[in-house]
Amino acid sequence: MKLPVIAVFAFGLSAGLAQAEPVRQGNLEIDAAWARASIGTSRPGAAYFTVRNFGDEGDRLIGLSSPVSTMTMLHETTLSEGISRMAHVEAAEIPASGELTLEPGGMHVMLMELATPLREGATFPLTLAFEAAGEVTVEVHVFGPGATGPAE
Amino acid sequence: MLGYGTMFLIADRLPAPVVEAPFRPTFALPDAEGRLRTPTEFGGKHILVFFGFTNCPDVCPTTLADVAQVMDDLGDEATQVQPLFISIDPERDRRLGIAEFTAAFHPTILGLAGDANQTRAAADSFRIHYAREDDAAAPDGYSMSHSPALYLIGPEGDWLRQFTYGTPAADILADLQNRL
Repeated sequence: MKLPVIAVFAFGLSAGLAQAEPVRQGNLEIDAAWARASIGTSRPGAAYFTVRNFGDEGDRLIGLSSPVSTMTMLHETTLSEGISRMAHVEAAEIPASGELTLEPGGMHVMLMELATPLREGATFPLTLAFEAAGEVTVEVHVFGPGATGPAE
Repeated sequence: MLGYGTMFLIADRLPAPVVEAPFRPTFALPDAEGRLRTPTEFGGKHILVFFGFTNCPDVCPTTLADVAQVMDDLGDEATQVQPLFISIDPERDRRLGIAEFTAAFHPTILGLAGDANQTRAAADSFRIHYAREDDAAAPDGYSMSHSPALYLIGPEGDWLRQFTYGTPAADILADLQNRL
């Protein structure tokens, strides 16, 4: 139960920031990391971000972890013939000079088995593992339960 | 040209189309307090129906947030619209608490979660799809596939239209304002 306390405390320190600065790791830049407030802890939360690749070679997002969730995975919503489905994605490509965007209705981080509710206005750390660029931790800003982007 | 000619000939010989009875989808489902709710009690109101599940963090909140926006923007006319959230994962949703979920989006959204038979009957009546999909990477080892559109039922209980997933809240609002 220590990590959630740290996450809540981190919010206190960063509450004045409207938007986190993009985080650079190797040739990659991670920007606009945000999540929806969870409804309690028994339902999964969703988080989103954008990764830009300034390099000449592609990279792959191969892992995710966060102290707020013991089961953090990349999922993708697909809509086909009027039916929506959700599927686990093992790895996602960030093409050379391209970007990977996680957004509602597409790819998202599923934060399952939450240790603490994701409260609107708080932040929490999320660690992304890339095949080439290695691991990097970003602060995720929590918006309302129905937020559709980090600008709200 | 020959094809068209043939088509018209056949069309001419067809009997006049039978006037279709209004499509009136129905349901009988308990709310969070266990009270059975049916469309007749909302007579006179437009009903905005969404079939979803509360373990759905991506698609369902987007649509429910749109519904909340529409209800706020309707102002005084909001009393003429009843938004419903019908669970297609009712056993788990009753356990997790459906009222807590709908309240996170808007106080007017009424959550309904029946048993397996009641739920299947409601979905069949609305002609929508849902299915349990086993998935080790999902909470409790399964997820639900479902039709994520919003359905609009008129004050007489007639099916009026659907709003496909992703229809902007402003478009839903404009459509409703034209009808109210």
